[in-house]
Amino acid sequence: MTHFPELSRRGFLAITAGLSAAGLVGCSTPSATTAAPKAGGRLRAAFAGGGAKEVLDPHLANLFVEAARSKAMFDKLADLGADVSAQPRLAEKWEPNGDLTRWRITLRQAVFHDGKPVRAQDVLASYARILDPKRAFRAKSSLSLIDLANSKAIDDRTVEFALKRPFVEFPNALAAFGTYIVPEGTEDFTKPVGSGPFSFVSFEPGKSVLLKKNAQYWEGAPHLDELQFVIANEESARTNALLGGQVEYAHDLTPTTARAHGASDRMTIVRSPNSAVQAFAMKLDRAPFNNPDLREAMFLLADRPQLVESTLAGSGQIGNDLFGKGSQYYAGDIPQRTRDLDKAKHLIRKAGAEGMTIKLDTSTAAAGMVEAATIFADQVKGSGLTIEVVTGNKDTYWADTLKNGSMSSFRSGAMPIETHIAQRLLSTSGTNVTKWTRPEFDALYQKAVSTADEKARGAVYAEMQRSLHAEGGYLMWGFADWIVGTARNVSGVATAPANTLDWARFDKVWLG
Amino acid sequence: MSLGRYAVKRLAFGVIQVIAVATVVFLLVQALPGDAAVALAGDDPNPERIEQIRTVMGLDRPPLERFGAWLWGLAHLDLGVSIVSGRPVSAFLSNGLAPTAVLAVLTLVLLVPLSVMVGVLAALREGSRLDRVLTSISVGLHSIPEFALAVVLIALFGVQLAWLPPTAVGVGGDLLGHPEVLVLPLVVLLARPICSISRLVRAGMIEALSSDYVRHARRLGLSVGRVRFAHALPNALAPAVQQVARTTDWLLGGVIVVEAVFVIPGLGTTLVDAVASRDLPVVQGLAVVFAVTTVAVNLIADLVAFRLSPRAVGIR
Repeated sequence: MTHFPELSRRGFLAITAGLSAAGLVGCSTPSATTAAPKAGGRLRAAFAGGGAKEVLDPHLANLFVEAARSKAMFDKLADLGADVSAQPRLAEKWEPNGDLTRWRITLRQAVFHDGKPVRAQDVLASYARILDPKRAFRAKSSLSLIDLANSKAIDDRTVEFALKRPFVEFPNALAAFGTYIVPEGTEDFTKPVGSGPFSFVSFEPGKSVLLKKNAQYWEGAPHLDELQFVIANEESARTNALLGGQVEYAHDLTPTTARAHGASDRMTIVRSPNSAVQAFAMKLDRAPFNNPDLREAMFLLADRPQLVESTLAGSGQIGNDLFGKGSQYYAGDIPQRTRDLDKAKHLIRKAGAEGMTIKLDTSTAAAGMVEAATIFADQVKGSGLTIEVVTGNKDTYWADTLKNGSMSSFRSGAMPIETHIAQRLLSTSGTNVTKWTRPEFDALYQKAVSTADEKARGAVYAEMQRSLHAEGGYLMWGFADWIVGTARNVSGVATAPANTLDWARFDKVWLG
Repeated sequence: MSLGRYAVKRLAFGVIQVIAVATVVFLLVQALPGDAAVALAGDDPNPERIEQIRTVMGLDRPPLERFGAWLWGLAHLDLGVSIVSGRPVSAFLSNGLAPTAVLAVLTLVLLVPLSVMVGVLAALREGSRLDRVLTSISVGLHSIPEFALAVVLIALFGVQLAWLPPTAVGVGGDLLGHPEVLVLPLVVLLARPICSISRLVRAGMIEALSSDYVRHARRLGLSVGRVRFAHALPNALAPAVQQVARTTDWLLGGVIVVEAVFVIPGLGTTLVDAVASRDLPVVQGLAVVFAVTTVAVNLIADLVAFRLSPRAVGIR
């Protein structure tokens, strides 16, 4: 995800509420042959990493590599399926009470790597650790609606959670990024113990993590004997290591690499569609985008197919200014916007914005953002507006653009649509970059998450998406495929969206 | 001035330099936008959470107080702990030191004999075809940036011909156990300094060979070899030795590039990561290590040059 001199471009999971991975086994298509899996061998997987400051505490996970490692060693109660909806994992099932404020979770029979069973107390202790007011774990906001004081263990395999308000999407919280279950009282993660498909062998910060298969895994033993995560921050280095036979799996490759080596006999390219939404965020609380006509003009100026072709080298699909293409509750019936220069010119005149120059903040914090901003600035030429692309500091980009400027590059990984709304589109949201604050929209959200009937709930989500599509601040022009490269002898790599269960999941992978 | 007095003077000056570097680095990192909390929050820049991370990291204390505490620790040879991971800074240094030291030491060990050989060869055959070829190659090589050279070498020898591993992925810190991964990085690191130092040796040697004392030594009937290597070469080497020391400063830059391209997890990588995550104690610790190394190497080089040719070295 980087090119020199951005030596330490970080693969942050663009997920604010954070989610990780999920999905039902067999929901996603394996990349290679469907021959019978072979057991044995060591798979070496290259990721961009956090360097020497990395830790193995799954609650501190932030980067892709940390998410993938956490997933290999730990389990969550739920995780996200191919349609980005919550699916049971350590939880065998969940049942809400009538008003959706109490949830009874039944745990499946699973054991930690030290042989101790996974108990209700471990679940409560893990959540209590994440919610500790003195600490700042990423998953805290996802679990903040749990009323821990009134939640209790009914028996060793049953937990009853009390919620602060009705919330039908509670399983999304159980699937949230970083909500891993660790043995009660764990604070030292130098030799982590989890219940996941692989158990810990050794760790050299910033260099490598070696894991071995957990034959007792509740979902069945992995095919691989060993799994090694190695760190290579440069995308070109990950590609070269794969071509040179030094690794069997290279995470997060660029569309350019995929195009160059797609037909190579040394590499198989695996694309996961709908993985990362690509967007420009306009702020509604300040000039110039407090004017809805100007926002609509922007929507109409974007030549989406050209952006996808040039920025993503074709490895992606166009977007319709709505989050979560392919996810549960996505409003796919809203007509696709296309470029309409004349109408945009008319709207710009109507807004009295002719001759205006607008700054578009971008940075190299995510691959392709600067390129997309530059191309969009080009597409706006001749409309009466001028877009001036300003490249900011990559390390502080997300915090800077949350507060400052009026338009910025944005991208996000997959998460349930409900989570996207809760984190970014309510008056109370912590990362509301478009400053979309509408009491009637907040009320619709509350209605949706307290509606038990799925069909009725879907109708409320559709209504919310219609108003976002018409008046919102996100110009979501495309969805990038997530691209990984594997050696030719690797099978079973799924094409599920990044951040869902089957992404970067190695217990179903084998070496042929 | 005697060698001893010269050394003491330079040493005192060196200590001041190290403290100055640490202070400047602290101020520079402070001046960078954002802090460790913002960098850690990344794409989840929830302001409440950032505040909380700040408190957990102790970043809510005033910068001067933090710098004072760090200096106080330094006086006790304690470099503090990383604010991001909580591990001691000394562990970061010891983890990253081995690969970088291997690269730097091997570069310097190979650099000196190779450049002296090339330089002397060119000087003794001044104006010949060999001299011209060596000159063209060294001028050409010297103008290629390390990064470009590395990319070309990897594409050719690592990927296309597959003679050598394209990266050091999976080797971790044990480079000496896998010498094959060192070949390309060393070629990249050596390419430019060999050019510059061999030019200096050549120039110094030509000058020395045409000097009065060499002519005098010849008149006294000393053998050609003895004149060349016992009388001319030491004088020719004085500027080259100082240039080798400058190369050590430059090596740090080269090592950052080489570590990134070849995936060698050394101090360069540690530094880049620490700056990106605004992990001040780690950046400070690295700055002290680099400053001490640079000062020490330059001091030694100047003392050697002083011995070789006292008149040529002033107090700078």
